[in-house]
Parts: sequence; C-alpha cells; structure tokens
Amino acid sequence: MGEEMSRRPYVREIPRHSWFFRHPRYMRYMTREITCIFIGAYTLLLLVGLQRLSQGEAAYESFLQVLREPAIIAFHVAALALAVYHTVTWFNVTPKALPLQVGEEFVPNAVIAGAHYVGWVLLSALVLVGAGVF
Amino acid sequence: MSKSNKPIVWGTFAAGGTVTAFVMPVLMLLTLLAGLGAVPQGLSYATLHGYASHWLGKLVIFAILFLSLWSSAHRLRITFYDFGVRADTLVATIVYLAAAAGTVASVIFLVRI
Repeated sequence: MGEEMSRRPYVREIPRHSWFFRHPRYMRYMTREITCIFIGAYTLLLLVGLQRLSQGEAAYESFLQVLREPAIIAFHVAALALAVYHTVTWFNVTPKALPLQVGEEFVPNAVIAGAHYVGWVLLSALVLVGAGVF
Repeated sequence: MSKSNKPIVWGTFAAGGTVTAFVMPVLMLLTLLAGLGAVPQGLSYATLHGYASHWLGKLVIFAILFLSLWSSAHRLRITFYDFGVRADTLVATIVYLAAAAGTVASVIFLVRI
C-alpha cells in the first residue's frame, strides 16, 4: 500500500463550505435547496396565524397588522420568488420521478410536467377566486 | 434483512414537495396582499374562522402544514450537510423535533377553533 501511495495519486480537493460556487449548476442546486428555508419559515408564519385565529378576532386582527411590517413584506417577496422556483424545479423533475408508461410508449416529459403546470395554474386561480381576490 | 426507515421520511418529503409546489405560491400571494393592505375576503376573520371550523377545512389546513413542515425539515437537513455542517445526527434531531412540535401545535390550534 505504501509503495502504491508513493505514486501520489491525484486527489481532487472539494472545499466543504464553498464547493457550490464552482459551477452555475451547483448554484442552481443550492438555490433549490435554500427554498426550504423560506418555505419552512413561511409555514411557521402560517402556524402563528392559525394560533391567532384560534385566540379570537382581536388576536387575529393583530396578526394581520404584523403582516404589514416592511420586513414581513420583504420576506414575502423573497419567499414567493423562491417558492415559485421550487414549484418550477419540482414540476420539471416530476417526469423523472414518476415516469408514466402507456402501452409500449412512455408519456413525453413535457406532457407530464405540462399537466402539473396546468393543474397549478387552475388550482391557484381557484384559490384566488375562492378567497375573493377576483 | 435490515430495513431502512428512510422511506417514511422520504415519503413525506415527496408528498410535501408536491403539495408545497402547488399551494405555497398562491398562499404567499394572499398573505402578501393582506400585508399590502388589500386583505382578501377569504382572509377575513369571519371567513377563515368559518372555514377552519369545518372538519374538511381543518383537514386541508392540517395536511398542508404537516407536509410542509416535514418536507422542509428533511430538505433543511440535507441543506445543512451541503453547506458543510457534518453533524448530521444533531441536525436531524433538531429539525425533525421542530417539525414534530409544529405538527402537535397545529393539531392543538385546530382543535381550539
């Protein structure tokens, strides 16, 4: 083993904290991973809202006031952008996670991803109409 | 044959990733509108309280919160590793405990409505 090692094999160094700066693909991967921080934080915000809702009208109205804080609005804008990024990347890998075979042929990737996009737009529109935005 | 407990966590990650992909952007849009002063009718106390009073509404709210909490926790665990934090057992314990606490809290709040 010692003699073999004397050939000094090439060991590619991987910087543990900065490897993702090396390639745009790694950066896109990390962006996708970071979406979970914002979606998780937003889920906690929803949880707080649910608590306020359970505490009565006054508590819930004060929660709505908190949503007006500039920091919360800035968080919403960032979280919305990253949530959409999560949605797009998630739908785009769905054909790989759920390959669908009809007879001999596999359903084209664009059809599977496209069906998800259509469903997403319809559901979002339904929620917006249901919530009285339109 | 040894069994892996990974499918349990991964199952909520897959389901949670799908559910958050579908509903989170539009929910964020609704609360953003509320923050900008244009509170949607659906976010008024009377409407939302009525929705959350029905068992079906409770079920939908719980499903979204539960799946989002657990999928975010799982992805956060991987993200910590990717950023170079190698204390995986500690990270996993913390994020999954947080998700469990959030799950319990959501049940308590829903029962009180």
